[in-house]
Amino acid sequence: MKRREFVTKATLSSFAVIIGAEIVYGEKLLKGYTPLALQDPDPFKMFNKNPEMVVLNDKPWNIEAQAHLLDDKVTPNSKMFIRNNGLVPENIDAKNWTLTIDGESVVSKKSYTLSELRSKFQQYTYQLTLECGGNGRSEFDPPAKGNQWTVGAVHCASWTGVRLRDVLEDAGIKSNAVYIGYHAIDQHLSRDPEKEPISRGCPMEKALMDETLLAFKMNGEDIPLVHGYPLRLVAGGWPASVSGKWINRISIRNKEHDGTKMTGDAYRVPCEPVAPGEKVKDEDMCIIESMPVKSIITYPRTGAMISKNKTLRIRGHAWAGELEVSKMEYSIDFGSTWKECAVEKSANRLAWQHFSADVQFPKKGYYEVWARATDSRGVSQPMLLPGWNPKGYLNNACHRIAVKVK
Amino acid sequence: MEREPSFREQVNTIYRLLSVVFILCVLTGGGLILLVLKPSSSNVDIAAYEDLIEQQEVVDDNLIENGVHVRTGLVEAEGLMEVVNNCTTCHSAKLVIQNRMNTERWNATIRWMQETQNLWDLGKNQEIIVNYLVTNYPPKQKGRREILTDIEWYELTD
Repeated sequence: MKRREFVTKATLSSFAVIIGAEIVYGEKLLKGYTPLALQDPDPFKMFNKNPEMVVLNDKPWNIEAQAHLLDDKVTPNSKMFIRNNGLVPENIDAKNWTLTIDGESVVSKKSYTLSELRSKFQQYTYQLTLECGGNGRSEFDPPAKGNQWTVGAVHCASWTGVRLRDVLEDAGIKSNAVYIGYHAIDQHLSRDPEKEPISRGCPMEKALMDETLLAFKMNGEDIPLVHGYPLRLVAGGWPASVSGKWINRISIRNKEHDGTKMTGDAYRVPCEPVAPGEKVKDEDMCIIESMPVKSIITYPRTGAMISKNKTLRIRGHAWAGELEVSKMEYSIDFGSTWKECAVEKSANRLAWQHFSADVQFPKKGYYEVWARATDSRGVSQPMLLPGWNPKGYLNNACHRIAVKVK
Repeated sequence: MEREPSFREQVNTIYRLLSVVFILCVLTGGGLILLVLKPSSSNVDIAAYEDLIEQQEVVDDNLIENGVHVRTGLVEAEGLMEVVNNCTTCHSAKLVIQNRMNTERWNATIRWMQETQNLWDLGKNQEIIVNYLVTNYPPKQKGRREILTDIEWYELTD
């Protein structure tokens, strides 16, 4: 910015010297130029993302990974999807940051600074799978409204913080508590200060789980700004929108939280299955809780060509919301036959599990390798799209890659 | 007799001086043109050139190239400017382009934005906007599962 401004000014003034006159509107050009640079920055540099990440939306910022980028066991920042409902906040003052616990069902309203949270409560580190409720939306027919995520709106990073339970219990939870709702400092797209871009939450049972954290570190470092610095609620296994970013207030509610994107059709699916394209009344939509069983092949990248008689090593991750993945299979014949393959235990509850297999192909030709996970209740991923829903959530259809044997 | 050569000399001197000034002018002017047209002579010139181009972009917000509105990526068609002016103030045009809906669902989406997102009354423009969207970005039939497309084939060696 500074270099460019200098160069621009220098250019204008050198022209002025040569021409022997001030450039009319020169100042106007400069004024017009600076905001453009601010409006249109390089998101990969700004958010420190891998250049192969895909920008779906730049206002608000929504960026997803591709399957092969998610090969790491613990997802690094550079390959984590970005989901925003509002504008990324600026000028965060972590020193004077406070978290307030309030609501109808708090015993006594209480505020904590970040250093109080750190010193007062024990810290825990968990690997937690966060998947956007709309991951896979792009495949629904008729199409569903919203960002058209393909497969890359999921990650499993390592989060460090204090248990939400410990903080809520310190403030005191009344016996009539039902739900928690978070509030954060991000701004609504319309910049209307009366509006919150998003304010979601979860039932007390999820809020009080061991792995539900108020995190201040991600992968051992300060959480990157776009992922919620300086404080993020992290509730693994549930739609990632429950894991609110830039949190400064949590309300203990005596009813289901009614903040922005808790009501209407947001993060909800029909309580009873509907035909594709069917209209569903708001009162017939139910809040999504645990995410369904799913898996992704992260190696090799789709489009691999190998020679005949060569074994193809595949690997990836599988997860099942609140549950565990108990079985992992793959097919090279469009589901006619399935072969079971190894799947590791998770690092901790709610972390994704890693699978791998050595795949052999009977003859030359075009193949697709399909992966299918089964959860601890015996529920598997469908090969076709699961039940259509108006907002295009919960597409957990099998992931597949194309392979050519030559 | 003495005066004539001296006068000629003076004329010659002035002539030479004027020639030098003229050549200098041509060189400076030519150099300036070169600097603008062919900016590869030095790094500073490239930066200056880039800045000139960027400044032009500010001036030309509504540049259309190959049938696409450069600033937003929306296709040029009837209703383009109504869409640009009403639909890209709060959110990116990328959100518009990636969504495919019919008339009824676009109208419902506009209503939702008016109820919850502070979108203003679009008046006569609503019909123009919705027509633009359904004509230029119609829904695509995908069925229960699409075939894999746009595969970039590569040799896997390891």
